[in-house]
Amino acid sequence: MFGLNKKDTTLLIIVAALCAFAPFLLNPFPEGSDMAQFNAGYPDLMQRFVIFGIFAIGFNILFGLTGYLSFGHAAFLGVGSYAAVWMFKLLSMNIIPAIILAVVVSGLFALLIGFISLRRSGIYFSILTLAFAQMSFALAYSVLTPITGGETGLQLALDDPRILGISQTAQGNIPVPGLFGMEMRDSFEWAVGSWLFTFNFGYYICALIMLISFYVSIRIFRSPFGMMLRAIKSNQQRLNYTGLNSRPYTLAAFVISGMYAGLAGGLMASMDPLAGAERMFWTASGEVVLMTILGGAGTLIGPILGAGMIKYMENIISKINETILHEWFYWMPDGIEDLLVAMVYPFIGKGWHLTLGIIFMLVVIFLPGGLVEGGQRIANLFRRRKAKKDDTKGTTEPAE
Amino acid sequence: MGILEVKNVGKRFGGLQALGDVNLSVAENSVHAIIGPNGAGKSTLLNCFVGKLIPDTGSVMFDGQSVLGRSPHEINQMGISRVFQTPEIFADLSVMENMMIPCFAKRDGAFEMNAISSIGSQKDILERAEHMLEDMNMADKQHMHAGSLSRGDKRRLEIGMCLSQEPRLLLLDEPTAGMARADTNNTIDLLKQIKDTRDITIAIIEHDMHVVFSLAERITVLAQGTPLVEDTPENIKGHPKVREAYLGESA
Ligand SMILES: Nc1ncnc2c1ncn2[C@@H]1O[C@H](COP(=O)(O)OP(=O)(O)OP(=O)(O)O)[C@@H](O)[C@H]1O
Ligand SMILES: [Mg+2]
Repeated sequence: MFGLNKKDTTLLIIVAALCAFAPFLLNPFPEGSDMAQFNAGYPDLMQRFVIFGIFAIGFNILFGLTGYLSFGHAAFLGVGSYAAVWMFKLLSMNIIPAIILAVVVSGLFALLIGFISLRRSGIYFSILTLAFAQMSFALAYSVLTPITGGETGLQLALDDPRILGISQTAQGNIPVPGLFGMEMRDSFEWAVGSWLFTFNFGYYICALIMLISFYVSIRIFRSPFGMMLRAIKSNQQRLNYTGLNSRPYTLAAFVISGMYAGLAGGLMASMDPLAGAERMFWTASGEVVLMTILGGAGTLIGPILGAGMIKYMENIISKINETILHEWFYWMPDGIEDLLVAMVYPFIGKGWHLTLGIIFMLVVIFLPGGLVEGGQRIANLFRRRKAKKDDTKGTTEPAE
Repeated sequence: MGILEVKNVGKRFGGLQALGDVNLSVAENSVHAIIGPNGAGKSTLLNCFVGKLIPDTGSVMFDGQSVLGRSPHEINQMGISRVFQTPEIFADLSVMENMMIPCFAKRDGAFEMNAISSIGSQKDILERAEHMLEDMNMADKQHMHAGSLSRGDKRRLEIGMCLSQEPRLLLLDEPTAGMARADTNNTIDLLKQIKDTRDITIAIIEHDMHVVFSLAERITVLAQGTPLVEDTPENIKGHPKVREAYLGESA
């Protein structure tokens, strides 16, 4: 279907189903129960899952395929956000022009930075991209304040010109981003027993765009262009002596992944119309590297899984506090309760980075292929067990 | 005028004069062997032909055009393909994909943004690559990871990749090193067949005298960066200078 083989079509359908039913899947615990804090099915977080999914899918096209590790991709995300907010300020609150401008501007920016950085490879390339991103951050934070809003960030104001829209609503408020009459924050809530499911318009827009992005990335992976990118990772020298110029290939991959980042940035601004320099900070660039490696660099679905996992931990584990721990362990004898709480405490709340760090280390050491490899190993385990069972039954099916 | 004209080429690495003053002319549609003891500068000379090194002095002309200062992919697109001394293949790709890449380079040139169509829809490329793998006797291995091939198979694959481009000049740097006897003989047969059926010039560096004397029409003996003699195989065999500098070592 859509020019994909059967396996890829299945994958796309699974991801589509997960996106469609996310409001249920992420809210498995009834409201008010002890476990409700593990629910992730609220609009804000669901939007972040898919937006960072897009960011990581794009990053994977560069890093997963060519092996060029950019440490400055957050710069494109930030540029995309600024572009989108400017579009809201000047043109209209419709998200489509905002997103288009975000993608175009970040693509041009990526062309410039890629053109210079790709003169080097390996660690020097990484350092160059990091340097550019930090320069962009510093500029956005200070010199470019008229464009970026500096420390406070770029926000909408009551006196924005907005050529194709209104500066203020009838109530004297700043209008909100929307799409043909629907607002991004529009939600529909559905209570089933003590469960509450929220269906948010903005989330579904983001999810749809992520699905399209994912589809495009599958096409790229399976195309001759994708094969050339893998060849660059495998043996760039051989590629050059085979008559192929690796520079335009890597540059194209760099620009495409920069555009994905810009798209993510534009969507972020569409969900919440403000942009700040901190989106370009190097930690944000590092985060997408972690997402991609954690999920499985070079795999199709890995980056989405990695993005989901990190955003879940960031938002859920970081909210667990000492009081909640005491509630969990209240049934233990007092001394042991305190001991357990003391032991777990460093890993929760602000300590979620520690948990993430440990998980990341474990994955890199034991599952170099990321969560996807973990999934494959589990699947293989089951397959082998099943094969064994079949063997003992005396079936004559050929072994794989 | 040969298809490849090398004039007064010199290359120095720090204190080491790797190539002295090399003059060489490779006639079109011939097989020209370059032999010489280890460290004689044979690979260095080849590196000067393909854009890996730029010589300090002299000129290298291919078909009347200078190759110096051009990048490797440009030189390849001019019609020069090279097999390396240690096999250079795409180890992370399948054997089939390895064979497809030079076919793409031949069809589409140095860069083509072909990001939407699937590889499976490139019927002409698939056919060509499959055909080439059959020629190389590797059709049964097409789904294997190229990195997991034996050393001899890797080399065979690399030769096949170069041949699939239908180069006008094929440069082979010890193509049979590390091959079993049977594979070596297969390679000789393959190269013989190629030179009989196609318009191709082959320059080959080889230590295995069996290979050299089976294939070469002319032989240049290189020692310490300078050509000692250039002659036909028959004359080279009996040449006293050659025996002393090179063959003498193994005799
Ligand atoms: N990039 C380099 N930098 C410094 N020295 C080099 C370099 N490449 C080759 N050399 C030196 O130049 C000399 C010639 O090397 P070359 O590889 O051309 O020899 P060769 O004739 O191919 O030998 P072999 O039969 O062992 O392959 C050697 O002494 C080698 O150490
Ligand atoms: Mg050599």
